[in-house]
Amino acid sequence: MFKVQQTIGSVLCCKCGVPMPPNAANMCVNCLRSEVDITEGLQKSIQIFYCPECGCYLQPPKTWIKAQWESKELLTFCIKRLKNLNKVKLKNAEFVWTEPHSKRIKIKLTVQAEVLNGAVLEQSYPVEYTVRDNLCESCSRFQANPDQWVASVQLRQHVSHRRTFFYLEQLILRHDAASRAIRIQQVDQGIDFFFGNKSHANSFIEFLRKVVPIEYRQDQQLVSHDVKSSLYNYKYTYSVKICPICREDLICLPSKVASGLGNLGPLVVCTKVSDNITILDPRTLRCAFLDARQYFRSGFRSALTSRQLVKYFVFDVEEPVGEATVGGQKYALSYVQIARESDLGNMFYVQTHLGHILKSGDQALGYDIYGANVNDDEMEKYRLSVKNGLPEAILIKKCYDEQRERKRGKPRAFTTKKLPMEMDESRGGRVDPEKMENEYEEFLRDLEENPELRFNISLYKNKDYQESETASMTDGEGAPTVPIEELLAELELSEEEEEGDDEEDMDE
Amino acid sequence: MATRLQFENNCEVGVFSKLTNAYCLVAIGGSENFYSAFESELADVIPIVKTSLGGTRIIGRLCAGNKNGLLVPHTTTDQELQHLRNSLPDAVVVQRIEERLSALGNCIACNDHVALAHTDLDKETEEIIADVLGVEVFRQTIAGNILVGSYCALSNRGGIVHPHTSVEDLDELSTLLQVPLVAGTVNRGSEVIGAGMTVNDWTAFCGSDTTATELSVIDSIFKLREAQPSSIVDEMRKSLIDTYV
Repeated sequence: MFKVQQTIGSVLCCKCGVPMPPNAANMCVNCLRSEVDITEGLQKSIQIFYCPECGCYLQPPKTWIKAQWESKELLTFCIKRLKNLNKVKLKNAEFVWTEPHSKRIKIKLTVQAEVLNGAVLEQSYPVEYTVRDNLCESCSRFQANPDQWVASVQLRQHVSHRRTFFYLEQLILRHDAASRAIRIQQVDQGIDFFFGNKSHANSFIEFLRKVVPIEYRQDQQLVSHDVKSSLYNYKYTYSVKICPICREDLICLPSKVASGLGNLGPLVVCTKVSDNITILDPRTLRCAFLDARQYFRSGFRSALTSRQLVKYFVFDVEEPVGEATVGGQKYALSYVQIARESDLGNMFYVQTHLGHILKSGDQALGYDIYGANVNDDEMEKYRLSVKNGLPEAILIKKCYDEQRERKRGKPRAFTTKKLPMEMDESRGGRVDPEKMENEYEEFLRDLEENPELRFNISLYKNKDYQESETASMTDGEGAPTVPIEELLAELELSEEEEEGDDEEDMDE
Repeated sequence: MATRLQFENNCEVGVFSKLTNAYCLVAIGGSENFYSAFESELADVIPIVKTSLGGTRIIGRLCAGNKNGLLVPHTTTDQELQHLRNSLPDAVVVQRIEERLSALGNCIACNDHVALAHTDLDKETEEIIADVLGVEVFRQTIAGNILVGSYCALSNRGGIVHPHTSVEDLDELSTLLQVPLVAGTVNRGSEVIGAGMTVNDWTAFCGSDTTATELSVIDSIFKLREAQPSSIVDEMRKSLIDTYV
């Protein structure tokens, strides 16, 4: 259809007479603006509160919002504080530069509103915010007493070694479970964690519950009491006990527990401790799981711990008479001929569940029941009850000491991180630094030998370690090490580009 | 010279009055100031008739007329019709029309020679207009609006139309009407010009909200500054004859 071209004519502004294209009000923009002020009734200056310690702004009544100077969050916050802004349409908002020390924030807002007979007018106007300093509650509480904690978790395990705590430390680092702890203190048989908030302590305990079997109780102490509003201020203390059964412990189960688990031979070896305890009967290759509640109901202790492991020399290994795969681990039952290193003349012929890895000529670590003086009631009862006596020895694991000799003095391929812990000086310094060193060394060896243990923790590449050519050419079996694919490169924010995070999924 | 006035505090003087070259109609019920304004300008020259149409005061929008005649809607009562016939000069023919669109002032814009009509007006009405008013009738729209009587004010010397009229439309209308036209506003930016003012060849009356700019536009387009009642007939006739040849 033919449409005639329409050219817009021009009319004179009815106020000032300047020619302009016609609009709904038939007034030029300046006259319209002088006539109508759409910013009337909008707030132009307002006060906001800022906490200089943590950099937060107060949104009354109680929320503190963290925002950087001239950031998007600050802009949103400032606009939200303005009342009456819903009467006009906000088109644009931007910061006008002000000196940070002036304690003023200026924002230029562009708003649109309808005036007169349908003409839409757009106008910009500045809003000034006066910033006043005011410490937020948490900062003021912190200022008053920096060591103020509200909840503390006292983690204890009544055993003579600290292996569990080393392992827990790595787990906590990996999962960032103690990121909200105000303070961490190492004490004689455990670690104390201090939190600023009861819920933080609770979530920490939930995390612990998932990784080790624990039993805990909660107590509280009244700190202050506001009579008028009936608010009570407490300090909460959680006393957490980790079960004293560790890996590689020899346990003689009390008869009730043994029969409850289906007559599991009372002598069992603990193979794994996570949120439940896995125990294995070395004679029948049967395995059972005890979770925290079950364990703490009976509360038995181990008869022999890894301190009491003795080195054995393996002379002969017979064909395995039975095999089983239990909890992902393969075991083979076979008879072996062994003798203690210290007493090579005295040979024993025992059954062991390590038939799949032992070969003649190997060294193994095990418990010397024949020669040991075990201080355990259950063991005594069992010894008396059983006809042919207890097994002379129970082998636990293969010993790699010879291979380790070759590597002695050389740094490991991996390093670990540590939690920021304070040492407890007040107890007369019972902690012996050399003992700690040895224990840590043993822990690292443990990590090398057991890929299962490494599953949940992060190991980092040791920058000082170089693979030496000669070491790889030595004969056959070396000591077990952590394969390099499992190591994480530490994230270093430096000028030279590191290889970056070549973290690969560990498939177990 | 254009005069600013109000009817009962309302600036739409074109609603309450009708001004032509031969007579002036005003609504009843207003204050005496309203009439005084008209009388001071027009007293000796043309009769000023107070009336109502169909009992209403919005006479400016209901009737259409020029010096030759006056058309009133079918809602006009017989008394009003008689009153008008009595008061107006004999040369003016008063005719009542039966038309569905009864607001003739909104539908018809006319001067003494040419008229613009609403596009939906009856054929009969168009003939009556041509007959009674002695004009040539054109069906037109102004800036897309069909109420031509509301959106333009017309005299024999010029006219003002709706401000949003495009340049092409303005040219077309000007050619049809044979008078200079301008797009403008009245009463501080109001687009309803026909209702906001009323005009004849030598005076104009606008609402008191009209700004000085608008007033100057009115004065210039209707050539009111030099106008005298008597000079119109002589001068206009000459130019008229020229154009109609």
